[in-house]
Amino acid sequence: MSDTARHSPHHVDVKEFHPRAHEALHNPQIRQNFRKAMDGLMTKRKSAFEGWDLETLRDLGANVRMRALANLPDLLEQLEQKLTENSIKVHWAVDGDEACRIVRDICKARDAKTVIKGKSMVSEEMELNHYLKEQGIEALESDLGEYIVQLAEETPSHIIMPAIHKNTGEISKLLHEKTGTDLSNDVEYLTAAARLQLREKFMNADVGVSGVNFAVAETGTLCLVENEGNGRMTTTVPKCHIAVTGIEKVVPNLEDVSALLALLTRSATGQHITTYFNMISGPRKAEELDGPEEVHVVLVDNGRSSIYQDDELLDTLRCIRCGACMNHCPVYTRVGGHTYGTTYPGPIGKILMPHLIGLDEGRHLPSASSLCGACGEVCPVKIPIPDLLVRLRQESVDGDKLHPAKVRGHGAKRNAVEAMIWKGWSWMHAHPGAYRFGTNLAARFRMLQPGKMGSWTQFRTSPKLAPKTLHEQLKERGQ
Amino acid sequence: MADPIKLYPSKPSKVYFFGTCLVDMFYPDAGMAGIQLLEREGIEVIFPQDQTCCGQPAFTSGYHDEARAVARAQLGLFPEDYPIVVPSGSCGGMMRKHYPDLFKGTEDEVRAAEVAGRIWELTDFLLNVCHIKLKDAGEPTTVAMHTSCSARREMGVAEVGPKLLGQLDNVNLVEQVRAEECCGFGGTFAIRHPEISSAMVSEKVDALVDTGAREFVTTDCGCLMNIHGYAEKNQKAMSGQHILSFLWDRTGGDKGERS
Repeated sequence: MSDTARHSPHHVDVKEFHPRAHEALHNPQIRQNFRKAMDGLMTKRKSAFEGWDLETLRDLGANVRMRALANLPDLLEQLEQKLTENSIKVHWAVDGDEACRIVRDICKARDAKTVIKGKSMVSEEMELNHYLKEQGIEALESDLGEYIVQLAEETPSHIIMPAIHKNTGEISKLLHEKTGTDLSNDVEYLTAAARLQLREKFMNADVGVSGVNFAVAETGTLCLVENEGNGRMTTTVPKCHIAVTGIEKVVPNLEDVSALLALLTRSATGQHITTYFNMISGPRKAEELDGPEEVHVVLVDNGRSSIYQDDELLDTLRCIRCGACMNHCPVYTRVGGHTYGTTYPGPIGKILMPHLIGLDEGRHLPSASSLCGACGEVCPVKIPIPDLLVRLRQESVDGDKLHPAKVRGHGAKRNAVEAMIWKGWSWMHAHPGAYRFGTNLAARFRMLQPGKMGSWTQFRTSPKLAPKTLHEQLKERGQ
Repeated sequence: MADPIKLYPSKPSKVYFFGTCLVDMFYPDAGMAGIQLLEREGIEVIFPQDQTCCGQPAFTSGYHDEARAVARAQLGLFPEDYPIVVPSGSCGGMMRKHYPDLFKGTEDEVRAAEVAGRIWELTDFLLNVCHIKLKDAGEPTTVAMHTSCSARREMGVAEVGPKLLGQLDNVNLVEQVRAEECCGFGGTFAIRHPEISSAMVSEKVDALVDTGAREFVTTDCGCLMNIHGYAEKNQKAMSGQHILSFLWDRTGGDKGERS
């Protein structure tokens, strides 16, 4: 399997952003589902931070993440050592393929046929389910949202709420068709029915696979945030637990976790606290009643170390995967997660995915933003998302000779005609005489202004040139 | 993002005026209104005739060499230590926030940072540096306001417009739902992603119409062009004006008094 195919979930063509956006924009159900869900999440986030000094907390969060990243190589070494001391087996994976093979080998060594999965975006990145299926191992998602998405044979459309694009009616119909539950709009009934089906699978699963929210270097502890208890069952019921995580999730100390956790749950779902917070520090000990016999951690690079090399792009790795940037993004709210065609959608996806798939594949991602800044404003760890989008736009067209491009696939969006237009534009605006001549001429002949101006006038009237420019009016005033 | 703490200068006797290319060609009235409001406050306004554009369109499109050439041509136009006022949050944001990065590592680095430190969004300058007091001379009216994303988030002036409008006795300012949401302009975004942009502006126009107001004011010509243009094309009862034109007209223009 090629590297790029691996990172486009289910081999969706990332470049088909426009047709998918068109489809989503003309689907009233999708528009309504997202608007309603995101409005709700924005309101909940706002009220969850009431009474908090949010800016100070965000500064703290940003500092924790920046400090961790500044010492990332050392922290990873410390983490490996502590995890090993805790009898957790550590594996390193350069990319998604290698990570998949590691999971497969652990499963094969135990002769495992079934895997139960907690929620993990890295496993989506790896397309683990797809891979395991090819290897004859059945992987079942246990997070309710992920389970729904899996039943529908789709990918998650949000990193926290995978099935946010579906409403209750659609979910009821899906569960009815796939599992034979009764059609119902009673959320409690549907949840209970799904839980019943999942619980049975839990008892028989050979291996549990989970993600990791924070890996604490000081103590060799894996922290897992979740709401449904499925994560806890995934990591305790099967005899073998495999945690997969990006290498950037490490933090130096246990103390660091409290600030990040307070920001994570409030930013994500507007919860003051999560229902379950698991701290995994090793396999079952002799005197303990539950827990797996063996615990593995797969530390996945998959392009992260190349981001790490760049002082500016490095900020991308601060992300704690709360999804607040998506919830507040006016573009994401209109088109939904599947439009992006990438594992991570929305603003964070636009700055993260180009590194994973290359700017040639992901060339439309950085431009699909109005740079309104809402994502940067709500990011709990202050990732300057709009600035990074501009940086990636510059790399997409190789538009800055002073700062040579570094991201794989750079220059893929460069187009000779567009480059010429900008060159002409630049020349005219760098020569005041030419600019005044041009603008005065345009004002003089404004009656000849075309009524149609491409995609602008498809939806709007064209702006009207004024009879006299400000330059002229002020010149006449003697200024 | 907005400055955590903004240190306003004391009211100067002179300012430089950077008109922006959209004001220059499409909305010169807004520029004139801004200049006249400053003059009415007793400030001498200097308009360097060699100014063109801040370079933002090329910058946000990724053409930084081209943006730098244009921006460099502006850097030499403000030799004295006077504040530079800009009737636009987005051009102001470009000059204040992005010039230092754009020129980092070049011989213009220091000059760019120095110019950036003197850039002010004009309504912010009128309210917080000039401490302007407006006297309403108009008929009772209801307006909605759209603050541009750059004015709101880059320049941190979201509170300024409502405060200025609040000084006008006969103006009823009404708030739209999701006031902080982008109108979908975003410079070349509106051209590169026309359908998404139109979905955004259509919801913005609906939100404005739902306030019951029939006109809106805004800090930025890009948003004005987008929202007004969409409303006009779709025959919605909503027309727009730059906030500076509105303030100038409401306070009697030339006949307005300083109080």
